[in-house]
Amino acid sequence: MSPLFKGARGIEFPIASILICFNSLEDPAVWSALVDGLFSGVSIGSVLLLSALGLAIVFGLMGVINMAHGELMMLGAYTTVLVQGSLKGTPLFEGYIFVALIAAFVVTALFGLFLERTVIRYLYGRPLETLLATWGVSLMLQQFVRSVSWQFVIGTTIAVALFLVASLGLNRIPFKFRNLSKAGIGLVAGTIALQVSNALGTMYGLAMTKPWFGAQNQDVTAPQWLRGGLKLGFVDNVQFSYVRIFIVFLTVICLAAVYFFLNRTQWGLRIRAVTQNRSMSSCLGIPTDRVDALTFAVGSGLAGIAGCAVSLLGSVGPNTGQNYIIDTFMVVVVGGVGNLVGSVVAALVIGMSSYLYGTFAGQIGFIQDLSKTIGIDLGAQTMAKVVVFALIVVFLQFKPGGLFPQKGRTVDA
Amino acid sequence: MNNKFGRREFLLFGSTMAGSLLLKSCATAPTPTTGASTAPGSSSTASAPAAGDVIKVGILHSLTGTMAISEKSVVDAENLAIDEINAAGGVLGKKIQAITEDGQSDWPTFAEKAKKLIDQDKVATVFGCWTSASRKAVLPVFESKKHLLWYPVQYEGQECSNNVFYTGAAPNQQIEPSVDWLMEKYKDKEFFLVGSDYVFPRTANLIIKAQLAAKGGKSVGEDYIPLGVNEVKPVIAKIKAALPNGGVIYNTLNGDTNVAFFKEMQASGMGADKYPVMSVSIAEEEVQAIGVEYLKGHFAAWNYFQTVENPASKKFVAAFKAKYGEKRVVNDPMEAAYIMVHMWANAVKKAGKADDLDAVKKAAYGATFDAPEGPVTMNANHHLSKYVRIGEVVEGGLFKVVYETKEAVKPLPWNQFVAETKGFACDYSDPAKGGKFKAA
Amino acid sequence: MQTLAKKPPVNSTLPKRSRSRLLIETAIVIAIAIAMMTIVPGVLNAIGQSFRVGLLGRFMALAIAALGIDLIWGYTGILSLGHGLFFALGGYSLAMFLQLQPALGGTGIQMPDFFVLYGVTSLPWLWQPFESLPFTMIAIVLIPTIVAAVLGYLVFRNRIRGVYFSILTQAALIVFFNFFNGQQKLINGTNGLKTDTTYLFGQVMSGPVMQANFYYLTIVLLALAYALCRWLTSGKFGQLLVAIRDDEPRVRFTGYDPTVFKVLVFAVSAGLAGIAGALYTVQSGIITPKAMDIAFSIEMVIWVAVGGRGTLVGAVLGTLIVNFARSLLSEQYPAFWLFFQGALFLAVVTVLPDGFVGWFKTSGVELLRQLSGKSKVSTYPSLANNPDVTYEQQAIDDRKSDG
Repeated sequence: MSPLFKGARGIEFPIASILICFNSLEDPAVWSALVDGLFSGVSIGSVLLLSALGLAIVFGLMGVINMAHGELMMLGAYTTVLVQGSLKGTPLFEGYIFVALIAAFVVTALFGLFLERTVIRYLYGRPLETLLATWGVSLMLQQFVRSVSWQFVIGTTIAVALFLVASLGLNRIPFKFRNLSKAGIGLVAGTIALQVSNALGTMYGLAMTKPWFGAQNQDVTAPQWLRGGLKLGFVDNVQFSYVRIFIVFLTVICLAAVYFFLNRTQWGLRIRAVTQNRSMSSCLGIPTDRVDALTFAVGSGLAGIAGCAVSLLGSVGPNTGQNYIIDTFMVVVVGGVGNLVGSVVAALVIGMSSYLYGTFAGQIGFIQDLSKTIGIDLGAQTMAKVVVFALIVVFLQFKPGGLFPQKGRTVDA
Repeated sequence: MNNKFGRREFLLFGSTMAGSLLLKSCATAPTPTTGASTAPGSSSTASAPAAGDVIKVGILHSLTGTMAISEKSVVDAENLAIDEINAAGGVLGKKIQAITEDGQSDWPTFAEKAKKLIDQDKVATVFGCWTSASRKAVLPVFESKKHLLWYPVQYEGQECSNNVFYTGAAPNQQIEPSVDWLMEKYKDKEFFLVGSDYVFPRTANLIIKAQLAAKGGKSVGEDYIPLGVNEVKPVIAKIKAALPNGGVIYNTLNGDTNVAFFKEMQASGMGADKYPVMSVSIAEEEVQAIGVEYLKGHFAAWNYFQTVENPASKKFVAAFKAKYGEKRVVNDPMEAAYIMVHMWANAVKKAGKADDLDAVKKAAYGATFDAPEGPVTMNANHHLSKYVRIGEVVEGGLFKVVYETKEAVKPLPWNQFVAETKGFACDYSDPAKGGKFKAA
Repeated sequence: MQTLAKKPPVNSTLPKRSRSRLLIETAIVIAIAIAMMTIVPGVLNAIGQSFRVGLLGRFMALAIAALGIDLIWGYTGILSLGHGLFFALGGYSLAMFLQLQPALGGTGIQMPDFFVLYGVTSLPWLWQPFESLPFTMIAIVLIPTIVAAVLGYLVFRNRIRGVYFSILTQAALIVFFNFFNGQQKLINGTNGLKTDTTYLFGQVMSGPVMQANFYYLTIVLLALAYALCRWLTSGKFGQLLVAIRDDEPRVRFTGYDPTVFKVLVFAVSAGLAGIAGALYTVQSGIITPKAMDIAFSIEMVIWVAVGGRGTLVGAVLGTLIVNFARSLLSEQYPAFWLFFQGALFLAVVTVLPDGFVGWFKTSGVELLRQLSGKSKVSTYPSLANNPDVTYEQQAIDDRKSDG
């Protein structure tokens, strides 16, 4: 088997099922199923791609395994909720989604910047440590949206401010047990903040203690012009949802923007230089520190845009991010780390095959027979993910570097 | 090196502090207008009066993880009921003190926390659980320790434990009447059954199919989506293929999947006129989370809707909004949770002591409570007689009640449409009968 | 493999001093085990915390899995984020056997409840082997081991390492998670399999007699697992593992085939996770696909990280500390404990990269000396203060972080 064919193992299945469809092209129902299937596959793929785009930058270029990527998407989705709420009733409402996209990008990029400055930058070159640390961040973010309230925000601010001021002061005097004293200051600052926020809670009651979001899901309703779908004249009963068309366009725009940014701008050049050789770039006067921060911020911002987009399709809640994290990693790994084209192909193939398997596997005679023989229901919805992921594992056996592996000797992270 | 270490220090203390001490502040913050409810239970232990003056009860729900979306509001309703009882002087002259535990959406953790509540905190009873899986996980704990659990959610039936009181609907109080109603309203339409992939939808669909077969309806397909999955395109495609000219969709999806499902329905041009959806897991809170625009014209079957008109309902809604904010809504599981706390308190008052569970159980049999849904009665089979209602989602995100039973429907925990349990019943008031006996 | 055969028995190469050390260590382990069996439950019961005995038993079962993780991550440098898979396979094996046990006084095989519910009348082939106790006992270890060996062989053969391996293990985990979650009729899907109402040898599984036995069994097996890992990591095999961790290409150039060793150690670690899963299942009374949740597998790694990777004691201690902390904190702050867990992850990675035990070994001893008024110890005091040396050190650190 030539390497080319070996690599094609992952897409064997969709081709096979499309061929099955071609056998009965005269039937209009099959036509509509085919057109619908193609569109659905592309749209599922573009959701995957949009979610994975930020990760492709953060993981592909910086080698940071950002397990909080899904939670950054969640932040973007919550930003959308807030924007939607604040524009409700104003003439701008119909266009709120554009405001939300920008807001989501800015909010998550800023948060990404904060994350990079406080945590990630101490962990460069240790990808596994970034994985564990960002997992911690993701847990805290999930709980944050559940329990954030004015009381919480004020309490946290007071404690952090007190601690920072006190420890800055402490740093000026030479002192033997600095660590222990800082722990002590932390305790004191915490206690003061606790008393203050308790007092606030007592004084203002519900206004202070009511959570902003709570544990419940939030609602994001598409603006009027994004509801419903586009009917096609030449096939019956097929409707392309406007939201999904919108997401496909958004994905293309983001992709083009990222490509332009990386390949046609000064900062993009710097980012690529630092990715390839940090010490050399540093020697040539590139501010590697700022490049790192910028790259991470851009990657996070893209997650925010993705979060805003998926909020039009699914739920917005504390668990939103968890649904995407593994899928997006698969897209990046299958595509080949550090390769945008690879991510595009991988996202489309994964999206298409999971849609086709989920929709048609239960109806294919061979799979029904096989299910009966081995006593396992292979046609179940759940099995789409099982099969697609199993194929990914198999595929990576043949192409460990993904579809488009990085060239050169330093592929290993 | 020194400088770098300093920043690490900052991380350590910064995170432990932001993470720990400050959260403590919120955890212990009392909410004065409302009592100690938003403060998790154990934090109030410190300030609680001596153990002799209070009756401890356990609240065991998921506050974190995937189920927190639904269960957190039930905790709110339980705390509201406890506050009401305490404001009215408590039970047997003692205040009720709630000890809240987080089941973490993880079934073994539910069992662990149940043991802790019973063995260490020595609670008088436990209110808790949402999913059937969590209930089944804690069941052996309650049975082996001869303790008592109150369970507030509609479920698939096929269970009747002596150590559980079920205040949610049994299938014959929610699913079966709604199917009858649909068959009446959409006489010639076919059904498609869609649900999450776990025990409740599977059992529910088993019942619905048997019911349709017995009464001349037709189901053209069923499909299951894994819990927590947000990509529903394949299912929509299947429904369209099976029901090209419209039909009734019976929806037993749970949680987040519903949001994606209804958004995708609308985007695919499947409106409520052609594809009416009957849901059994969508209540007021879910409507808020999905968006009214996507749900208008679809139906839900419950025992209680916020729009039910009677004094008890009005009082419940007003009290809840006063405690948790104007924007919050109440729903059926919250009402069931509210009922069960009151029914327990009434049973304890009648029995005269909180720790003699047999006496409490006996006192509960036949007890009635003027619930927001109407007067409900606890049966000897540990289930409530409840009113059945069907609501249509209307502008504003509430339900318009389009059907309701005149009387409370008696619960049948063992399903009469399932061959294995046909003819069985449950009666704990008569020791000779017990949890599963063949009714004459 | 030849290298293995050539390896002389470890003990005979040990000088006399190490041998006596080994004896002391054995004695300490046995003493701790006996204390855990006798004194600890008594003390916990006396202070009214008797349900914590059950928790302790469960956490010690988890510690067995943590030992396995330490073996592959701490010593060999392979980070598996899919160990929940092996844990669950062990748990499911035992649970399937227990589900088939007849009710008290009954004989033969009983069909599990959920089969009746879903109308399954004959036992699926997947279940049939689990009628036999000996098969089940072997399966608990062997099924995870084989799955790990196959997966490991495929992956390591292709020299997939580091991050890619971790992500692949997650993909494998997702495959099994969805499979177990989706097969309602076969293995009861999300609800999982319950073991606590089953009768075995005339005793109910959740009863005090059985639970006490499992508690003792867990301690014994934990001690044995510790001994196994201790044996594996000492001597030449252990050195080889560490060599693979530190520089795999160099090991390969020296003439060893790292694949064999990696597969072997990965399989052993999976077997340990399987045992842990089985013991955990019978003590918590239920096994669900949640054990194959991504979060659980990542938590396992955190236990080891907190205790100290590369030290076996650290893995065990870390497991107990993290789990008891989690248990206590979630009781104290049911709505907020997730913050603590997140903060713990962050703090361990950034401030205590070597975990508690690692920290104690390096800075802790130093701190104790300082506290007791003794001066700082440096190997080469003049070098440590030489600015040129510190500059070079910094440069090396920077180069490392280039990845």
